[in-house]
Amino acid sequence: MAAFLARRLVQSALILLGVSFVTFVLLYALPADPVRQIAGRSATAETVENIRRELGLDRPFIVQYARYLGGLLQGDLGRSYLQKTEVAELIAARLPATLLLMLGAIIAELAIGLTMGIIAALRRGTATDTSLMVASFVGVSAPQFVVGLLLLYVFAVQLQWFPIGGYGTLAHLVLPALTLGILGAGWYSRMMRSSMIDVLRQDYIRTARAKGLARRRIVLRHALPNAILPIIAMIGIDIGIFMGGIVVVESVFGWPGIGQLAWQAIQRVDIPIIMGVTLVSAFAIVLGNLLADLVTPFIDPRIRIR
Amino acid sequence: MTRLLASSAVALALSLPAAAQDYVPDPNAKPGGNIVITYKDDVATLDPAIGYDWQNWSMIKSLFDGLMDYVPGTTELRPGLAESYEISEDGLTYTFRLRPGVRFHNGREMTAEDVKYSFERVTTPATQSPGAGFFASIKGYDAITDGSATALEGVTVVDPSTISIELSRPDATFLHVMALNFASVVPREAVEAAGDDFGKAPVGTGAFRLADWTLGQRLVFEKNPDYWREGVPYLDTITFEVGQEPIVALLRLQNGEVDVPGDGIPPAKFVEVMADPAQAARVVEGGQLHTGYITLNVTIPPLDNPEVRKAINMAINKERITQIINGRAVAASQPLPPSMPGYTEGFEGFAYDPDAARDLLADAGLADGFETELYVMNTDPNPRIAQAIQQDLAAVGIRASIQSLAQANVIEAGGAGTAPMIWSGGMAWIADFPDPSNFYGPILGCAGAGEGGWNWSKYCNEALDAAATEADSFTDPSAPDRLAKWSEVYMKVMEDAPWVPVFNEQRYTMKSARMGGADALYVDPVSIPVNYDYVYVTE
Repeated sequence: MAAFLARRLVQSALILLGVSFVTFVLLYALPADPVRQIAGRSATAETVENIRRELGLDRPFIVQYARYLGGLLQGDLGRSYLQKTEVAELIAARLPATLLLMLGAIIAELAIGLTMGIIAALRRGTATDTSLMVASFVGVSAPQFVVGLLLLYVFAVQLQWFPIGGYGTLAHLVLPALTLGILGAGWYSRMMRSSMIDVLRQDYIRTARAKGLARRRIVLRHALPNAILPIIAMIGIDIGIFMGGIVVVESVFGWPGIGQLAWQAIQRVDIPIIMGVTLVSAFAIVLGNLLADLVTPFIDPRIRIR
Repeated sequence: MTRLLASSAVALALSLPAAAQDYVPDPNAKPGGNIVITYKDDVATLDPAIGYDWQNWSMIKSLFDGLMDYVPGTTELRPGLAESYEISEDGLTYTFRLRPGVRFHNGREMTAEDVKYSFERVTTPATQSPGAGFFASIKGYDAITDGSATALEGVTVVDPSTISIELSRPDATFLHVMALNFASVVPREAVEAAGDDFGKAPVGTGAFRLADWTLGQRLVFEKNPDYWREGVPYLDTITFEVGQEPIVALLRLQNGEVDVPGDGIPPAKFVEVMADPAQAARVVEGGQLHTGYITLNVTIPPLDNPEVRKAINMAINKERITQIINGRAVAASQPLPPSMPGYTEGFEGFAYDPDAARDLLADAGLADGFETELYVMNTDPNPRIAQAIQQDLAAVGIRASIQSLAQANVIEAGGAGTAPMIWSGGMAWIADFPDPSNFYGPILGCAGAGEGGWNWSKYCNEALDAAATEADSFTDPSAPDRLAKWSEVYMKVMEDAPWVPVFNEQRYTMKSARMGGADALYVDPVSIPVNYDYVYVTE
């Protein structure tokens, strides 16, 4: 177990190093000069060069990367070019909102996905099953900005059940969490359906049924705990999927998280922020996968970590 | 020192003949209340040496003051922290007498030392100010820029309430420069205490002070009770909510939750809003110092031929392009917008005439047209405008392929000089200050034509540069002779046709029903979206 953990931690560190290098190269190769963005249009050539020198952007690529990495190892994500603020501070200010959104999305996707999956499994082969699976397919394939705008229009503008974007109360959380969770819900409903169908075929379910237990009790007490196991391990992996979605969802709903921060930084070529958010996201994904691996053996003793 | 002026009124009368009136306070104005302004993007910084986007520009104006200022809602200069000023006869020395008893938000009294410190701070390379170049006419600028000096030689503290600034060349725009945010007076101790974070903890002398800033969510400005201008500001607080899409902001305004959507009326909703009399009544329309244009790169054949550039000018149907943006603009005939001093009244420019354009092309040996590229920023409505331009060009035989890219990439291609044609939409010039020189140097003059400059036509006419320098050696920015000279410069530019001036955008500011104050405050040329210091609420 300890050896596994040590190996995975080294792997994770290497992955993060790789991500930082690839992102840095891509941003360096960008056909847009961040200094021009900072200097603005009225700046003279000498002002532009001064700013370039002050930021160290006149140095060779490898020096710039080494400097960045040096800072990173000391926990320094650098300063935003345009906001002139520590990137760590900007991310820290926005991380709680993103985590809250993710938590909401996990609850939404489990609630919707598991319910749909269970119903579909119990009504296997019926029209209910088919329509639920079509719905899940739509959920998996619909672009998030479309889903987001649709939910916003119907439930906030027309029905006025929820506020029109923003942040602060539980009511603000519902629509963005739903938007982010719908993709996972579609995915989970399919997994839950097949897992449930598998479990319902098991001998112990037949035994339970032979004992004359109520159908409701069989499903909730006997089948569900076993069917749900493989799904729990997936939640860690969801974090990676969410990281992609938050950029879109946070922008649509005006949710003050790191996705919105990244989106604004991309438009302004604010490289330190883009790097910072990318690394934090990569860290979250690596962590999520690691947790998923660690949780699995507890759920299913047949899998053992070595 | 020939013109010693004792009061601001006299100073204005002598130095700015056209601008004798200061602002008359609104008799109906009521103090108190809070307004809500929304923005899509977070505020980058409130440091006056750094902030240079149209969102933080007006916010900084309300937190800080400079020696000069503008009469609210107009382009007319008035003294700010300076009570009066005098200009030496050779136009090289400006002496400002400071208003007594002005205090920073931290309670300390502002002195001439603060003015000197502020100018040195903005020009020192370590500050990385995008506006440093505006101060280039101050003596000693070069030394501080290249690091050989830490003080500006030309700036002298005469006594605690008098500062004298010596220029290395006459500069008609100098008083405008003194009214730029970059010239705001900041207290050294607050800047040094905040270190790199002064932009998040601004301390000025302005009408408001920053009360709260929750990153990514909101900023709250509160009234400066000791503001040195009598009677203003009216509002107790202003709340800026960030991270709000324009479309969402409009819905919230209709719901009574927002007073002014800072990003304006979203284009997709414009027709709908204006068609509803109740909503249209709350929209204020005004001109702005903006010109949208197509740059024609004079270094890339066949655009190096002025006749070809004229033909392109005649081929473009500007009226139709203004229709694409729902008529939110007026067709342009010249680089300067109509509300800018120096604009040439009555000049028609190149009228839309595809037949004449074809003839000109045939005369240039291009009867079959040619192929070229049109660069455009990839956000609506710019690609649609580019398509209209493409069709107009195709009608005279010019086959232009559209390169629709992110803003930064278009700016890069323009600066590098690799783009034959660029539609300026989304990046177009809006004046930093209301003076005709501001439309020449960076975007039409030789200085901007170098690698990375904003003169995307790469047009460089040294005779015109000389004429521009001559026009700027007047001491009075609004001297009729000076404005005539500028008018002449732009007419000569049109003879060479490095641009197709397409339209001048109009500004539309929407406000809630409870907002009060003259319409001019809502289309203030230097404060977008509104002049926060003078607006008020009626309930």
